[in-house]
Amino acid sequence: MKTTGKVTGIISNLVTVEVDGPVAQNEICFVDLHGTRLMAEVIKVTGNTASVQVYESTRGMRAGDKVEFQGYMLEATLGPGLLSSNFDGLQNNLATMDGVFLKRGEYTPALDESKLWEFKPLAEVGQQVSAADWLGEVKEGWLPHKIMVPFSFKGTYTVKSIAKAGEYRINDTVAVLTDADGDDVNVTMVQRWPVKVAIGAYADKPRPYKVMETGVRCIDTLNPIAEGGTGFIPGPFGCGKTVLQHALAEQADADVIIMAACGERANEVVEIFTEFPELKDKHTGRSLMERTIIICNTSNMPVAAREASVYTAMTLAEYYRSMGLKVLLLADSTSRWAQALREMSNRLEELPGQDGFPVDLSSVITSFYARAGFVRLNNGATGSITFIGTVSPAGGNLKEPVTESTKKAARCFYGLSQNRADKKRYPAVDPVDSYSKYLEYPEIIEYLDNRVEKGWADKVIKTKYIIRRGKEAFEQINILGDDGVPIAYHEQYWKSELVDFIILQQDAFDEIDSSTPLERQQFMLNTVIDICDHKFNFGNFEECATFFKGLINICRQMNYSEYKSEQFDKYYSQLRKELENE
Amino acid sequence: MSEKAFQRIYTHLTAITKATVTLEADGVTADELALVAGRLAQVVKIKGRSITLQVFGGTEDIPTNAEVTFFGEPPALNVSDDLAGRFFNAYGEPIDGGPAVEGEKRQIGGPSVNPYRRRQPSQLIPTGIAGIDLNNTLVSGQKIPFFADPDQPYNQVMSMVALRADVDKIILGGMGLTNDDYLFFKNEFESAGALHKIISFVNTTDQPPVERLLIPDMALTAAEYFAVDKNEKVLVLLTDMTLYADALSIVSNRMDQIPSKDSMPGSLYSDLAKIYEKAVQLPDGGSITIIAVTTLNDGDITHAIPDNTGYITEGQLFLRSDPDSGKVIVDPFRSLSRLKQLVQNKVTREDHSAVMNTSVRLYADAANAKTKLENGFDLNDYDQRCLNYAREYATRLLAIDVNIGITEMLDTAWELFGKYFTKAETGLKDKLIEKYWKGN
Repeated sequence: MKTTGKVTGIISNLVTVEVDGPVAQNEICFVDLHGTRLMAEVIKVTGNTASVQVYESTRGMRAGDKVEFQGYMLEATLGPGLLSSNFDGLQNNLATMDGVFLKRGEYTPALDESKLWEFKPLAEVGQQVSAADWLGEVKEGWLPHKIMVPFSFKGTYTVKSIAKAGEYRINDTVAVLTDADGDDVNVTMVQRWPVKVAIGAYADKPRPYKVMETGVRCIDTLNPIAEGGTGFIPGPFGCGKTVLQHALAEQADADVIIMAACGERANEVVEIFTEFPELKDKHTGRSLMERTIIICNTSNMPVAAREASVYTAMTLAEYYRSMGLKVLLLADSTSRWAQALREMSNRLEELPGQDGFPVDLSSVITSFYARAGFVRLNNGATGSITFIGTVSPAGGNLKEPVTESTKKAARCFYGLSQNRADKKRYPAVDPVDSYSKYLEYPEIIEYLDNRVEKGWADKVIKTKYIIRRGKEAFEQINILGDDGVPIAYHEQYWKSELVDFIILQQDAFDEIDSSTPLERQQFMLNTVIDICDHKFNFGNFEECATFFKGLINICRQMNYSEYKSEQFDKYYSQLRKELENE
Repeated sequence: MSEKAFQRIYTHLTAITKATVTLEADGVTADELALVAGRLAQVVKIKGRSITLQVFGGTEDIPTNAEVTFFGEPPALNVSDDLAGRFFNAYGEPIDGGPAVEGEKRQIGGPSVNPYRRRQPSQLIPTGIAGIDLNNTLVSGQKIPFFADPDQPYNQVMSMVALRADVDKIILGGMGLTNDDYLFFKNEFESAGALHKIISFVNTTDQPPVERLLIPDMALTAAEYFAVDKNEKVLVLLTDMTLYADALSIVSNRMDQIPSKDSMPGSLYSDLAKIYEKAVQLPDGGSITIIAVTTLNDGDITHAIPDNTGYITEGQLFLRSDPDSGKVIVDPFRSLSRLKQLVQNKVTREDHSAVMNTSVRLYADAANAKTKLENGFDLNDYDQRCLNYAREYATRLLAIDVNIGITEMLDTAWELFGKYFTKAETGLKDKLIEKYWKGN
């Protein structure tokens, strides 16, 4: 018997329901609005009154409307066919919805149930298996998509039978497993999992030791993010958060990209699904869309589904990680999610924490970031979720609850600076304030020694030192005047400008400059450090400025040229000549 | 909005605040409209039989025995081609003396466009103002506000942009317009001979502020009719969104909600996004472009209203007076059009984005030089050239009274580069220099 209830109160999308039976926290229910069923989630229970947040507009709802409880939490549907899909926050497939406008109460299945998949068994009859073990695989695009023992299965099972290689639909049984009590269970290619619960079916979670290459110099060179690491990008509006996120989605060396557009602009999502099918993945040569999943709850979509959208995205990421894949999860923006929590907490009349946010905000954010990571699976393979969230601090002021809470949770900080954006120095990642904790990991330092060159991490630290010294010199020059400081200060300042223009700044809209492979980053950083190590003898500060402006111009032309092309080499020898003449 | 026959009339209010009344009633639905002592009101809270209504016109002198009747439906607008050329109040009632508009009744504040059905905006909206076309190019389907201090001529600039833009319909949503500004718009539209393609929804300062809350939804419902049903290019002007947000804070305050930053409601972001996100490029050619005005307090963009707006809109156009040239300019530093790269170098000439970036960077160098000068330091030759360049750049390109084509803007910029700088100082790609450089 399902629990039912009646609506007793409505304030915007917070609805109170008088129930006639047991209800669980976070249980899903449907409010019947004269035939249109609106999905809602239980967020509080007092006596026989359940407070539910309705995922859609409650317009037209009245006291007395019937409610039916479902007995399960919000779940994601997991199976082949998720890649290149566009979902809303509740995993409805947006592409299969009718009409130009979103209709209330229209829910579409996440996966195509009629599509045939080429199945290949991996497990053998008699084999002992447990949750998340691989039973078989299908080709999803070019990725091997593993069909796993459902995550909800507890204990060990014996494979009783497994389907032969051939074509199957997602709901066809592909394996029969026998549990410890001797009961048989059928396994299909699709399973469901509650989004708010982390999928924990892996052997262990070691410290990340590899670097995820993104082609963005100010990240890869200066503050690299580990594969399986976490990072966040706070910044005022107009500082290039979105452009940076899209660059990461396009270029990062990952198998699967999941983008959670959380309370942001719809046109940004449109940009992804217009451009990604045309763009080629630089690592595989396949269309970018083939490795991408979009979860969108844009700012005009129901606020209550916003929280769900980030959890849905994380669950899909965990699903692909269990297949031994490298997943990059991008969430833009986690502040909108926090605001959705605030709106609801406000309507529930909870005592507010700082800035009106719920008091448990920090722990909610921390445990969400903790779901990312590098894992070793039961069969020894590895998989990872690298998570980068953006934060939109009110007024660009980083002393606010969402930024502060996120800072505790994420290991890389890519702070966007208004000052740099005003000067059109993009990406506007602040080179002094930003950091990557991974640069301190001995395993990462060792990895970089092998991947790039021996002592690379020290070179990075040296580069940061040049930037800091340059900033100090610049401040002195500003206070004392061009003539009031020794020429060495000018030299210092211009060296940091060289690093800024050649390494930090990157033209996201230029075909060549937008993405820099690590080898090229290594070459350019070595070139720049070489110049900085050079002994100069300038007669006066204007001579110094002119000289460096000339160098910067040549190096910029290099950045715009095909790596190691004739043109690139020409600029490089021009650069060497300028240096020798000085 | 008429009352239906055989409606139940309630006559016992249990609570009255400055903006809301509460009474016991049955079968009332969320968001529906009601009439309280002849004033329009909307259901904002249902608790069992207890219904709280927000009275748009304020609750002054409403007695506890006031008559209340419910309409059974949320606010709506009659839409048809007859809307064109007409002026309405916040309730969609004509204020130009003409007859009521016949047409299909549509609920305002309706559902959102499925993001998957949207198309990428790709049509340039030229305005003749170089501060916009050159540095912050507008695209149809975009949403962008003017950020301006109250003393800036934002309404004039906006009407100029609207009348120059190549669109099928212009819809004005005026919130808290002074009567003078309302008549200004009316006059401008009339003298441009454009009245037939203009629809106005106006709430002036002499009307209750809470009524303003209906204006954007009214304007956008009309816009959706022309863009979705008629596949037309629609430009919606919303002025002043700061006054709209102020009305939101009044209501939330009266409803005892916990305020967040700057005493704005915690839902400000969602409330504004719901409006701005109606901007869309539709698959069948229709589009809604929104140009709004957000007035600032002394240029403070960290205030909750401009701050949340900036996160929602696709850029912002910042107006300020430039003391050096004596003109009102579109500030190249704080202004941004996020969609500009969809048309720059594609619809416009190949050198557009490079010229834009370089001219702004050199203008920034001039700003540094100016700081030096103000701090009493000697200027070097480069600084001096930057300052001269900045003055001419502001006068010939940034000023809002400029009205030239985009190619001419680009040529003007190249002319200034050649006049004041060496090729290396511009840092432009050699390929472009070879083709467009003017001067030595």
